[in-house]
Amino acid sequence: MEVTIIIGIIKSAIRLATPYLYASIGETLGQLSGVLNLGVDGVMLMGAFVAFYTVTQTGSLFLGLLAAILVGAVFGLLIAFINVTLKAEQGISGIGVYIFGLGLSSLLFRVLIGTVQTINGFSPLHIPLISKIPIFGEIFFQQNILVYGAFLLVPFTWFIINKTPLGLSIRAVGQHPEAADSLGVNIVRIRYLTVIVGGMLSGIAGASLSIALLNVFQQNLTNGMGFIAVALVYFGAWRPISVLAGALLFSTVNAIQIWIQVQGVNIPSDFTLMLPYIVTIIVLTAMAKRRVRPPKALNKPFERGE
Amino acid sequence: MNDRNFREILMELIPLAAFLLALTIGTMLIAMLGINPLIAYRSLIQGAFGSLNALADTVVKATPLLFVGLGICIAFRAGVLNIGGEGQLVLGALSATIFCLNFPDLPGWILIILSLSIGLLCGAFWAGIAGFLKAYFNVNEILSTIMLNYIAAYGMNYLLRGPIMDPLQIQLGSFIPQTARLSRMADLPRLIPTRLHFGTVIAIVFAILVYILLWRTTIGFRIRMVGQNIQASQASGVDVKKYMVLAFILSGALIGLGGAIEVIGVHHRIFTDGSVSGFTGSAGFNGIVAALFGQLHPIGTIPASFLLGALLTGANKMQRVVQIPSALIGALNGLIVLFVVGSEFIRRHQSKIMEKTAEVKDSCQIKQNKEKH
Repeated sequence: MEVTIIIGIIKSAIRLATPYLYASIGETLGQLSGVLNLGVDGVMLMGAFVAFYTVTQTGSLFLGLLAAILVGAVFGLLIAFINVTLKAEQGISGIGVYIFGLGLSSLLFRVLIGTVQTINGFSPLHIPLISKIPIFGEIFFQQNILVYGAFLLVPFTWFIINKTPLGLSIRAVGQHPEAADSLGVNIVRIRYLTVIVGGMLSGIAGASLSIALLNVFQQNLTNGMGFIAVALVYFGAWRPISVLAGALLFSTVNAIQIWIQVQGVNIPSDFTLMLPYIVTIIVLTAMAKRRVRPPKALNKPFERGE
Repeated sequence: MNDRNFREILMELIPLAAFLLALTIGTMLIAMLGINPLIAYRSLIQGAFGSLNALADTVVKATPLLFVGLGICIAFRAGVLNIGGEGQLVLGALSATIFCLNFPDLPGWILIILSLSIGLLCGAFWAGIAGFLKAYFNVNEILSTIMLNYIAAYGMNYLLRGPIMDPLQIQLGSFIPQTARLSRMADLPRLIPTRLHFGTVIAIVFAILVYILLWRTTIGFRIRMVGQNIQASQASGVDVKKYMVLAFILSGALIGLGGAIEVIGVHHRIFTDGSVSGFTGSAGFNGIVAALFGQLHPIGTIPASFLLGALLTGANKMQRVVQIPSALIGALNGLIVLFVVGSEFIRRHQSKIMEKTAEVKDSCQIKQNKEKH
């Protein structure tokens, strides 16, 4: 009895980690190159809406996913233009992106869909053979394709960052832009690249909510999840593997919260809903005293000395 | 008019250009929805300014934006970003409501002054948490204030669904999450026979006070110094951490006061629709737009809040008349922020040019002086 409950919670924690993973891995790339994008939540909302709307119109989940990636790329381009080319104050521009994404996704939802409705999202994809392994297989290999993608993204990103010339350039641009510049690394191009890829991943993060996990869209669907994703990057100290640990911590909190609600335990739902935000503040405070330093050029536009 | 003055005036007009650019994109959006933008804008303008009542509603809508905007100005001048307007408004409103519910029999003016002071203190406390974490633990204040917004909103929803729910709602069995109407003794006086209330006057007085604080007092000078250069402030013996926390506390105090005024001036109760912006109507975010649009200057924030208040009030009418969801204004607000913050580039570029011309002039001056000698 207890075992099935625990399996259920772990299984849903793995599933719920998906949006956090896509969004915070994308944000990690941007921050490593020195760009702090606080508009993740707005991009996620746009991705979630566009994916959902495309699915209602075409019936194709993959087209929905593609649309979310495209919208994420467009937002990434916008963010990169404002932060890298126009060298805007990154904190405020991120809030601008958030307000814009929240407003535009609400507007489009009201005009194009109107009422809350559900769709058939990505269904679990049982991996042959290994999904049959007792407990282990059930937890890890009976998930939908976006979950697998999210978990594969972690080692892939780790490899790119640590083992490729591109990763070296990204880290150099974030740590010592002057040195990177003098070695001929194109700082603007690298930052555009990381921010646009980050935008695409935020788009997928949104889509994973609206066409894979919840299969619904409503105004402000993410409820600040994108901001928690940014916090996870601090938690993970800009390392994909640690970001994964953070994402799992939060998704477990979410899974337990949902389980408590379903069980009808006598705790007001508002308190359980509050939990992820309280945990975020505690985590940020606890992490702050560590020795790990953020990329030196984070939040600093690059000015070539003359 | 010489070239330099002309440039400076052009710089002042940048936010207006950003606003017009956002409006242009809004017009395109409206046209894409298949609605004649002229008809849409006519209903918006009528809704915002068309009658005395409309104008009063615009000012009423602008008042919390001004309080939030002033709070943002103080924080920003100290180099910190307070995105916690939503939560601080809720704390101010909630504490004032609870106080009024518990002491309905106090004389009116005492009730008003005490409930406003309590709202102010609770807003200051809520922002102070973020300030403390920023100054002493280096916790990113944007993230912490946003988390505090959600905590405040869910805390308010909990209280409204239980402990402070209107007893009448429980009796009737309708369980609408709102409090009872507050004692009429606590109502802020109205100015003219419309919804316009005395809170607007308080807001404008505070705008002037914030200006005096920031530019005419030592505390204000140090707050701005911390915002401009932390190293230089430390070197000259300013306790940077203390002033960061202080800026947050002052910022939250103004916003909390704004929340309390929303309760005793406009709604006379607190309510929720279950969403996180159910009571505030996103004023905590719209106030940020007002502050940026007002060039982060307390006096500039007054007309900026008025304009945004007009947009929000007019959008409600537009939604009724031509069925354009008022969420449009949310999208436009985001664009205004992006354009204003993006156009800082032009300002920096211009000031560089000015510095260079000034240098050239200086060196010419020196040469001339040398030649004279």
